Amino acid sequence: MIETDILVIGAGPCGLFTVFEAGLVKLRCHLIDALPQPGGQLAEIYPKKPIYDIPGFPMIMAGELVSNLMKQAEPFNPGFTLGERAEHIEKMEDGRWKVTTNRGTVHAAPVIAIAAGLGSFEPRKPEIPNLLNFEDKGVEYIIKDPEKFRDKNVVISGGGDSALDWTIFLADVAKRVTLVHRRSSFRGHLDSVHKVTELAATGKINIVTNSEVTGLNGSDNLESVTITNFDTEDITNLEADYFIPLFGLSPKLGPLKNWDLNLHKESITVNPIDCSTNIPGIYAVGDINDYPGKLRLILCGFHEATMMVQSAYKYINPDKNLVLKYTTVSGVKAF
Amino acid sequence: MEAVININVTDLLGNKHQIKAPTDMGLNLMEAIRANDLQIKATCGGMAMCATCHVVVINSHLLPAMSEDEEAMLDDAFLLNIPHSRLSCQLMLTPEMDGMEVKLGEGTGE
Repeated sequence: MIETDILVIGAGPCGLFTVFEAGLVKLRCHLIDALPQPGGQLAEIYPKKPIYDIPGFPMIMAGELVSNLMKQAEPFNPGFTLGERAEHIEKMEDGRWKVTTNRGTVHAAPVIAIAAGLGSFEPRKPEIPNLLNFEDKGVEYIIKDPEKFRDKNVVISGGGDSALDWTIFLADVAKRVTLVHRRSSFRGHLDSVHKVTELAATGKINIVTNSEVTGLNGSDNLESVTITNFDTEDITNLEADYFIPLFGLSPKLGPLKNWDLNLHKESITVNPIDCSTNIPGIYAVGDINDYPGKLRLILCGFHEATMMVQSAYKYINPDKNLVLKYTTVSGVKAF
Repeated sequence: MEAVININVTDLLGNKHQIKAPTDMGLNLMEAIRANDLQIKATCGGMAMCATCHVVVINSHLLPAMSEDEEAMLDDAFLLNIPHSRLSCQLMLTPEMDGMEVKLGEGTGE
């Protein structure tokens, strides 16, 4: 069982900044996120897009903001459960919360901070008849451990940044990478498109355009995929140990709906004074919460996380008085 | 030409809403829908990068042509084969859109 002071659900910008603010008052954090990497939608959807409204940064790339937040949180040594979705919650006898993920990892903490944005990202699945039969048997929607693909035959589907980025990365890991795309051109970042074209030209990867994976074959584990070309209607079979469809991820509130929290249209209603929910010990910060005047902005989420941590401290230590310290005076004391 | 236009939006439950939207504030259709308190996920906030603001345009209206990005995103989200699909974040409101009717796509809700 993983034990911590504040269990943060969601490792996006607000979740990461919670670690820093909690660290200043000597509270430890552990973060759970359905995605295999921290950063939330900044890392998953728009890492190479600029953000202009972070105070003190006239412009910063979303991916760079995530790196900075990770660096800022680092002195406080946060723990991470990545690639797993917070699923089940129960109150323990000692008053702490116990949260179990979809993969069975158990966490315990006196305080939960839900910083889950629009919910946990679920993969958009292509319509292939027996797709579900091969999940965890060759079909992967998120890449947690690239080493798994070493010396394997990998087929990736999709035309956006994650399809391109993983094709580039796995080109050096897998035995063979084939990128299958429904269109003739890619919509990803220009640098990535160039890199993929270059890799194809030198024979390091194969690109199959105007085509789609339409069938999966194998007795137990995946052995090959069927690829259909839209123009010629040609059907080919390609040996494959892994098929990775990367058609984007869409957030779903999912299991949080069953946590008995007061909801208003997919958002968790909180008291704006400290972002507390209707359940003592559970807070919600960032895009997932709602209160009169709520603005879904990263900078507002940072403020909410700061207020929330002060309240969480008092919840955990009802007999102690917290005195606000300035980092300029006290510095950042790592633990 | 009116500065405020009417748009008819059918939500996922089939309920019809008439919303009013100004055309002189640089709003796109996704923002107008959200401003009228209708559920629309629009995860990426308007960058044509998530397809969770997908709408189907019901009546014929003069709309801006689809950009390569919008078309590719709709295709990647398996929505391009649904006729008259658009990403509402890519439709800047103009007076010509007065009376337009759209239906929210499945991906806009939970």
